[in-house]
Amino acid sequence: MATNAGEGHVPSALSILDILWVLYDRILKINPSYPKSPTRDRFILSKGHAALGLYVILAKKGFFPSSELEDFGKYDGFLGGHPDRNKVSGVEASTGSLGHGFPMSVGIALGLRIKKIDSKVFVLIGDGEANEGSVWESALLASHHNLSNLCCIIDYNHSTDRALKVGDMVSKFKSFGWESFSINGHNHEEIYSALSCSHDSAPLAVVAETVKGFGCKIMENNPEWHHKSPRKEDLPAILEQLS
Amino acid sequence: MNMRQQLVKTVESILAQDERLVLLLGDIGVFGFRKAFESFVDRVYNIGILEQSTISLAAGLSMEGFIPVVHTIAPFIVERSLEQLKIDFCYQLLGGNFISVGAAYDYAALGCTHHCPGDVGILKNLPGMEIILPGTSGEFDTLFRQVYANNNPTYFRLSERQNSTEHKVSFGRAEVVKQGELATVIAVGPILEAVIDACKELDVTILYYTTVIPFDADTLKKNAASSKVILCEPYYRGVLSSEIIRAMKSRPITLECIGIPHKMLTNYGLAAEHDAHLGLTADKIRKKIERCIYE
Repeated sequence: MATNAGEGHVPSALSILDILWVLYDRILKINPSYPKSPTRDRFILSKGHAALGLYVILAKKGFFPSSELEDFGKYDGFLGGHPDRNKVSGVEASTGSLGHGFPMSVGIALGLRIKKIDSKVFVLIGDGEANEGSVWESALLASHHNLSNLCCIIDYNHSTDRALKVGDMVSKFKSFGWESFSINGHNHEEIYSALSCSHDSAPLAVVAETVKGFGCKIMENNPEWHHKSPRKEDLPAILEQLS
Repeated sequence: MNMRQQLVKTVESILAQDERLVLLLGDIGVFGFRKAFESFVDRVYNIGILEQSTISLAAGLSMEGFIPVVHTIAPFIVERSLEQLKIDFCYQLLGGNFISVGAAYDYAALGCTHHCPGDVGILKNLPGMEIILPGTSGEFDTLFRQVYANNNPTYFRLSERQNSTEHKVSFGRAEVVKQGELATVIAVGPILEAVIDACKELDVTILYYTTVIPFDADTLKKNAASSKVILCEPYYRGVLSSEIIRAMKSRPITLECIGIPHKMLTNYGLAAEHDAHLGLTADKIRKKIERCIYE
């Protein structure tokens, strides 16, 4: 996809792939045939630049045919570098500018509570995204309003440590009134037990320690690859590492 | 009744009728809405002083089928959270209502941080954003009821100042206040009062716009008797120039723009003092109109 399009944030997608798989395979109550069902669980990819990872999972789960993935980034295609809720079945929010999806998910969680719908809202942010002030505004809002139907997953791949260290995210979220703990974001059982645990009195922040570019040695923690598309000649080596 | 009192009255009445309405305050107007807080516990929130997240949160509510009304002071709703309005509402095609107070230099003595003469020009750049400037409290009530549930993002610019005469207004339509031959004067929202005074006994057409965007080109085309058009706006001047030129494309026009000069307003005092220094009193507006007509 990214090679054809010459676009895409591949390492960011790889760092969340395990989390997304467990979410869509075992956690989210959502039917691809009725993606707008009022009682579905909601997932918001706040770090929209990891859209590639979301598209692959949505296709795998039947929200749209996998063949559509080949049109990623095309002028009149519906799969862009950042996801568009009005184009892609299963995408709840159009994201890309960091620090928007999280507060939108707070609004969704509040809306569900007003409607007395017992669905859960999961939002995935990045540690780089946590540079944005609106992330911390949202953290305050969610705990102040006791939104226990909201779970924020922090993809902590340390991508912006070079610019601004966000430090101990578990204690930060706890100090903002959330329940919080840390997991290995590539261990499926740890992800499953974290995302299925009950938190009735407060929102839950799961800090997922991840490796940017996970599974592909030449990309892992290599900033050169942040927004670089694999060339055709790179593909055999990359695909071998990923398999 | 001033516009803020009308806002409370109108929103309270719709909260009682329409269960989709949710009010989000940026820690202002809390006392005014005290009854609404008691009556609609789960649909009225004092969100706090975090405008960016408030707009995004409102978008989340809109996704869930609610009709959010966000209310705070103009620069904080428009300029602080501009990207949230652009992405979360305009790009995502969601409906919501953004109601400001403190138009232009209404809060003159509070200084530049609390002025917002740029709001209309800024929001006009957001595709899909509707912009409404009621000239009186009653006009706000009429326009809000017409528009609040139309599934589009809409900005209502409330002002401390209002016209003494109420007009029969309708969303998206300009009103013909009077007809004449020498020029067409366009007055937007609460500047109408000064424009009517300025045009006493002048043989001009006055068109009154409370909806700025979408712009009613038809009423201008049908009623512009002269090639001279004088645009009077209560914000940075000239915002509607391109709409007027496009509407009048079949004939060459002379366009005079009266409004707030494009500069930082660093003085304090009273709004009326700003008017006087910026040439926006009725007599100064009249001089500009006369110059345009007779020179």
